[in-house]
Amino acid sequence: MGEPEQIVALIPRLRRYARALLGDRAAADDLVQDTLERAWLKLHLYQSGTNLRAWLFTVMHNAHVNRLRGRREEESLDESMYELVASQPATDGLLIRDLDRAVRSLPDEQREVLLLVVLEDMSYEQTAQTLGIPIGTVMSRLSRAREKLRLILSGQAASPRLQRVK
Amino acid sequence: MEFSIDESAIQAYVDGRMEAAERADFERWLVEHPAEAERVAALRQIMDALRREYEPVLDEAIPEALLTTRPRPRAPAWAKAASWAGLGVALGAAIGAAIGWRLHVPAHEGAALPRSPLAHYAAIAHTTYSPEVRHPVEVGADQEAHLVAWLSKRVGFPLRAPNLDKEQFSLVGGRLLPGEPGPVAHFMYQCSNGRRVTLYIAPPPAGNAETAFRYTREGKVNVFYWVDKRIGYALSSVDVEREELLGLANDVYKQLNP
Repeated sequence: MGEPEQIVALIPRLRRYARALLGDRAAADDLVQDTLERAWLKLHLYQSGTNLRAWLFTVMHNAHVNRLRGRREEESLDESMYELVASQPATDGLLIRDLDRAVRSLPDEQREVLLLVVLEDMSYEQTAQTLGIPIGTVMSRLSRAREKLRLILSGQAASPRLQRVK
Repeated sequence: MEFSIDESAIQAYVDGRMEAAERADFERWLVEHPAEAERVAALRQIMDALRREYEPVLDEAIPEALLTTRPRPRAPAWAKAASWAGLGVALGAAIGAAIGWRLHVPAHEGAALPRSPLAHYAAIAHTTYSPEVRHPVEVGADQEAHLVAWLSKRVGFPLRAPNLDKEQFSLVGGRLLPGEPGPVAHFMYQCSNGRRVTLYIAPPPAGNAETAFRYTREGKVNVFYWVDKRIGYALSSVDVEREELLGLANDVYKQLNP
């Protein structure tokens, strides 16, 4: 299978990651489209024999970061909202119960690490390479992301209610 | 016990990435630390739920727009040999011949073709309005008669919205756009899978009586354009590939010149 075919074969995984990253289907596919367009343009820069999946996810990460510029304020707002939510007692109706929303409440850089490790089952090293960060940063972001999810969902994690009814 | 636990070890355990010996040590440690054991169990459950949550995306049909981002195979040797400008002219000629239309191939064949303002502005309009979900048009197809009458009045010549049912594209509606020297009519069509094409109908450009049927690509937008009876037309789409768009443009042209 040549590289173009391999890229096409990876589209479902790019879509899954983008969906978990952004939540919204249209926005996610938009990011995938942006990623693919960049990938086709830059395919000549890809070194044959290296990990094409990691390369594609790097392209997607760059596309995503590019889109986030100028939206930093919004994000820090989200962060402070999380603090508010987390400090609510577990019985409070405002507590975020939905896993999807809990994932979205994570800071972007933590969410990226979490999703590459959990959904893509990428090694910590590969995750570090893909995102261009040290492996220690991968570990600390992963740990913080998980702990936040646990806090947000605490009391819920063992419950079947965690699974969204489709 | 010498075994020391750091946060990285907890992550590795949650991810199932520990060697058997290390895992055994870790699990023994967990037995002695029930609070940590509980936390680790919760983390594993959340991770399982996370995988389940997004797993179904893998089985979804891939939207066509994502598959068509792939560049077409390289142009044949004859086209590669020609400069892009030469290719543009050749393409214009081939397409013009295909629809049996009189051509005005510039005498200075091979020289760089000037960028067409018509195609350029049509592509900008397409890029602006075709992604719109809530407000793609000002007047919808349910008021087609009103739409066509209104736009005709504003652009200053009689218009018709071509019918593209045969190609499975239906009229979404239209809007009025600012232009030079006067307002522009813009019709939007959509097929059942959401792909869109827009038809940009511009008032007579000064000193440009007629132009061969041409194809150009403005960024991501495919555009077929022509000037007929001193009116400029451009059919644009990001989602529809060149060959299919050519079929649509051909039909538009025929319907406007019965």
